[in-house]
Order: sequence, then C-alpha cells, then structure tokens
Amino acid sequence: MDFNLTDERRMLQDSLGRFLADTYDHETRRKTIASGAPYDRKTYEGLVELGVLGALFSEDTGGFGGAGFDIAVVFEELGRAGVIEPVLPAVLVGSLVAQDADLVEAVISGGAIATLTHAEPLARYDLNHVASRVSGGVLTGAKHHVLNGAQATHLIVSARESGEDWDKDGIALFLVDPAAAGVTITDHVNNDGTSGATVVLENVVPSARLEGGYDALEMANARATLAICAEALGAMEAAKALTLDYLKERKQFGVPIGKFQALQHRMADVLIEIEQARSAVINLAGHLDADPVTRERHVSATKNLIGRVGALVVEETVQMHGGIGMTDEYALSHFARRITMIDHWFGDVDHHLARFIALSAA
Amino acid sequence: MDLNYTDEQNAFREEVRDWLIETLPRDLTEKVRLGKRLTKQDSENWHAMLNARGWLAPNWPRQYGGAEWDAVQRQIFEDECCRAHAPRLVPFGLSMLAPVLMAFGSEEQRQRFLPRILSGEDWWCQGYSEPGAGSDLAALKTRAVRDGDHYVVNGQKTWTTLGQHANWIFCLVRTDPDVKKQEGISFLLIDMKTPGITVRPIVLVDGGAEVNEVFFDNVRVPAENLVGEENKGWTYAKYLLTHERTNIAGVGFSNAALETVKEVASKVQSGGKPLAENPHFAARIAQVEIDLMAMATTNLRVVSAAAKGQAPGAESSMLKVKGTIIRQELTSLLRRAVGPDALPFQEDYLDGGDNAEMMGPEHAAASSPSYFNNRKLSIFGGSNEVQRTIITKAIMGL
Repeated sequence: MDFNLTDERRMLQDSLGRFLADTYDHETRRKTIASGAPYDRKTYEGLVELGVLGALFSEDTGGFGGAGFDIAVVFEELGRAGVIEPVLPAVLVGSLVAQDADLVEAVISGGAIATLTHAEPLARYDLNHVASRVSGGVLTGAKHHVLNGAQATHLIVSARESGEDWDKDGIALFLVDPAAAGVTITDHVNNDGTSGATVVLENVVPSARLEGGYDALEMANARATLAICAEALGAMEAAKALTLDYLKERKQFGVPIGKFQALQHRMADVLIEIEQARSAVINLAGHLDADPVTRERHVSATKNLIGRVGALVVEETVQMHGGIGMTDEYALSHFARRITMIDHWFGDVDHHLARFIALSAA
Repeated sequence: MDLNYTDEQNAFREEVRDWLIETLPRDLTEKVRLGKRLTKQDSENWHAMLNARGWLAPNWPRQYGGAEWDAVQRQIFEDECCRAHAPRLVPFGLSMLAPVLMAFGSEEQRQRFLPRILSGEDWWCQGYSEPGAGSDLAALKTRAVRDGDHYVVNGQKTWTTLGQHANWIFCLVRTDPDVKKQEGISFLLIDMKTPGITVRPIVLVDGGAEVNEVFFDNVRVPAENLVGEENKGWTYAKYLLTHERTNIAGVGFSNAALETVKEVASKVQSGGKPLAENPHFAARIAQVEIDLMAMATTNLRVVSAAAKGQAPGAESSMLKVKGTIIRQELTSLLRRAVGPDALPFQEDYLDGGDNAEMMGPEHAAASSPSYFNNRKLSIFGGSNEVQRTIITKAIMGL
C-alpha cells in the first residue's frame, strides 16, 4: 500500500501545475470565455508540448501513461486552474480509438481533436440508450451534448446495428468526419464556459467502423468519469484555497470573519468532505482496471460522492464569501459553475446512487 | 500509488483471521454480534487470550511485552477483530496510560504497572472529566494538596467508563490553583481501594450503566504515584489524547455494522418485499456505504503515513468527525430496519445467555439501546465541535 505518487507522476503534476499557474490566470481565462472562443489555442498547444495528452495514453498505444493515476493527476491540476481546453475528449475516446495508431498520434501531438458522439435526447444518463441507426452502411440519428463537438476533427459515433433502443447488444462505434455529407453540427456554450454541440446525422457514410460496443463505451465512460471527478477535486481545492484566504482577509465587526466559529465549523466540514472526495478519486483510479462489476461499482460510488461533496463545497464556499462569491469577476463563481456542471456529465448524484444500489444487489 | 496490501500484510491478515476463528469462543462472538451486554469476566477472558498470544498490546515496544506492530498492521488487526465479532478491549490501561508511563513515568512506575496491565491484574479507568470540565477539560477542579509524602485529593470525576470494574484510576488533579489553568495540573495514579473514594453508577439513555461518578473525600495518595513532574500533567494529558485517537475512524466497527444493517434489511419485510428493496431505505444504506468506502481510504492514507513515521495531526480530528457521523448513521439505520420491534426494552435478553428469548428479528433487542448509546461517539474524546475547531486552527490557521 502506498499513497504517494511515483516520481514521474509527481514531475508531471509539478510541471503542469507550474505551467498553469504561470500562464492560466483567471483574467486571461475570463477574456477567452467572454470573447466567445471555445478555448485558447495557445494554452492548448502548451498543454500538448508538456505531454499532457500523451500522459492519457498507454505506452502500447503511443503515449506514456494512460493508467488511472495518470488521468487523476492531470485532471486534478486542470481542475485547479479551471482549464476549459479540450483535454477531456481525449480521455473519452482514448480507449475506443487505441487501435488507430495514426489518430492516437495526431491527438497526442495536438493535430486532432476526437470526441465521443454518443448521448441522445431520450437517454438522460443511460449509456445503453441508442436510437441512432446504421443501415446499409449509413448512419442516421441525433446526438446532443457532444463535448467540443464543433471543434472536433474526428467524431466517434455510436449507432445501433440491431435490437431495440435500450438494448446493450447491437451498439456499434464508427469514426465519422465532421465535414462528411449529412453531418450538421450546432455549437453551444455550457454554463461553465465549456463547449457542447448537437450533431445530426442524415445518411452519413462513416470513415471506419471501430471495434467494440456497449462494453467499450462503459470502459470509456469509466475513464472519463475518473477524469472529471479528479477535475472536480482540483476545482474544489481551488475553491477551498480562495475561501481560506478570504476568511483571513475579510473583516466584519472589526475582526477577520474566520474568527467566527459559525464559519470555522462550516469550513472544517468542507475540508473533511474534500478529503472524502480525494479518497473517492483514489478508489476509482485504483480500480479502473478491475473486473467490470468492481470497476463500475467504484464509478458510481465515486461519481455520487463527488456530486454530493461538490454541491456542498459550492454552496458553502459561496455562502462564506457572501455576495462577492457570486460575481463573475471573482474566480470562485467560475469554479462553482464548473463543479456544479460536472454533476451533469456521465450521470448525476441520483443516477449513480440508484446504479450503485443495482450493482450492489447484482 | 498502490491500493494493494503487501504479501506480508496479507499473510499477517490470514494469520490473525485464522487465530481469531480458532480462539474466540462462539458464545462470546454471538454476544458481540447481537449487541448483548458483556460482563467483566467476558472482557477479562478476551484480554487473557490476547495476552497468551502476545497480541494484547499492539502499540507497545517489545521490551515491555508489546507486539510493536506498525500502523497498518494495527489497522488490519482491528479490522479482523471487528469482522470476527471480537469484544472491544478496554483501552484505558493498554493504550492510554501505558504510553504515558513509557514516555513520562519513572522506571519504578513502569516496572510496577506495565506488567500488571498485561496480566490483567489491574483494571484502569480514566479520571479526566468533571461536572464543570467537559470540553474545557483544563478547567478541572479536583484538588490535590501535598502533605508530607502524600497528596490529599478532594473532588469529583465523572463519565468514568467501567469505573465499577476498576481497581486503579489515573487522574488529572489541580496542584496549583494560582496559575494559568493548564499549568497547575498534575497526573496522579490512585488505588481505587483507598479510603475516601466512592463510585456511583450513572444510568444512561440506553438503560445501561457503563459510566460512573467517582468522588474523592480526603483521599491520601502516596507522592510516588505522581507521574512525571508536578504541574506538568496537561502535557501528559494531551499526549494521552493523541493515543486515544488511534483507530478513531472506527472503520472495522462500521464495516461490521453495515453488514448487520444489510442483513436485517434483507430479512424483514416492508410492503411484502424485503426492506432492502425499498428504494428510500436502499438509498440510505447505499449513501452511507459510499461514504464509508471513501472514509476507509482516507483512514488508510493517514495510517499508511503514520506507518512511515509521519505523526497524524488534525487528520485524526477529521477521521473522528467523519467516522462518528458514519457510525451513528448506521446505528440509526439498524433501529429503523428493525421497525416496530425496536420498541420493547429487552433487558433480560441483553443480559442473558444464549437461550434468552427475544421479541422481533435478530438484532432487535440491541437496536434502540445501541442507537442511544452511540450518541456518545460525537461527544466523547473531544466533541465533534471541538474537533472542528482543532481542524480550523491546526490545518487552516484560522
């Protein structure tokens, strides 16, 4: 048992943390979002140069990481800085495109952004709902909440080859060129400044059919859930740090407000729960390669806990700040938005509580 | 990062598990499993079994007869004991007084008292809290005045756990009333048979009497029973409290309690189906299980750092708060799982042997008393509010 990072991961954590601290300040980030740009090109290139994308892929697929703790280390740092650049899509598709060495190389070197085009309007958080169909070699269907869908150079699209809309069997995965005939992509901005898109497919000819179906999607979802939970952890740490500083600086009734026990005890609970969140991320990272039932139990346990702790951290840190915590000008509101929106990706608190119960009973 | 135990640690777990199965009598584990009351003899028997195996004092160095296990081994041992429904060891001599004597006692005191803790000849209790000194422990008033080669002690201690069985008590007493409150306290060892001591049981909300009031009326204590220096007792008391907080997370207890709740919920019926299938109840169980999964890892992070020599500081306070919230939630769930059969106060069953009759499903008799009794978890050993203050001051510098 060892809860320390390896030297390689600690170096990655340090260099990534330093790069973001030096270049990714709140004002710069805020300007990018205000300009309507989906992300900052230069920052993304910097992340690529640091090897952040490579750290998300295993050595046998051309990267130098790819394990649970690699993903966790990278995304905790991204979350701490509030990075909106499209790194998460690489985790979402990483295990699905591993067989395509050229595409992996292009993703790692920053030349390609590949994203998962899977969720459908009736699916809510259920991974097995796929109504999009493939018939006669062409794809037809509607996908929504496609992460960075309008910035992507490659779409990994799920579609049904057989069975009913809710069947796990019969789902297949295809590589689709966003510029292909019949693909319509509509861009939107999410509450937290990240970019989503709706993708409509009408008789689209895919570039390739990938290996894997539902099981592969579940694995991809597990990896992305770990990434986004680690990102939430980093954002919570940032919110905590801002709040601690504020409790020491802000004076009311002639003393720093951190002298008031009503606030001290709220802060103590925030701290205790963030340690719980850290342990939950460690649990999922450590079980990412376990058998599917064990892995998925940890996926649901961790995502549920992160959602609950995230809401607590957001609500308490904003409350302890008072009005200033609600302003767009102040960084806390940005972390609050990101942590809250994370609950809406890959299944929220309620979805995963129900799923944990079902998996435990099985 | 590696969440796996080493081969040595796994082998150690096997060894402990096998020994517990071999050694623990079934009637004793059934009492623990069903939440029945343990007698003094039950505790002494378990104490003797562990002493015979050399596992009685996991945290003691070998030179004093301890097992000298590291923090991870101790955690494994705790987990396995809980899993096997072993009785809880009475900690006052073994894990509270003994470390203080080793660190601050005289050689004569160590030679005199440590072997008798192991042999079970002495049963120690703790004389800390007073009616006017709870969370503000340093406000204690029990007075010790030097008179020749004795101290004369007058005052009152309270919440003295299992004091009715004890023949010795370690006390914090005031030896100087004219200085800052922390600087006038001494640490005194007192023979309970000394004239002037009266022990009075306090019946608690669960109907049991595990705690007592202890009154001191001109009790003459030999000066050689002073630990360390006069008026330095607060330092020793704080040292003791850090030892009181080992295994504070209570992961083993919670794991066992979770299994019990699940077992009862799967057997009792609600709406013609097992209660475990009631979505509301299932959600409560699942949520506390998820919290426990994370807390177990938080605990291992602290334990593993401790095994590498890093002293846990305010992390202990975090584990205490979260650990007790989880344990209390589990006692609440058990009471609710039992349903209307949690109503009767079945004292004869709780005190009885194997053949005592009980109304309701297994665990029914103990469910309400256990719920009531475990309100103590967030109150003793530094209330959860005191722990939150420690966290803010120590970790966050507020």
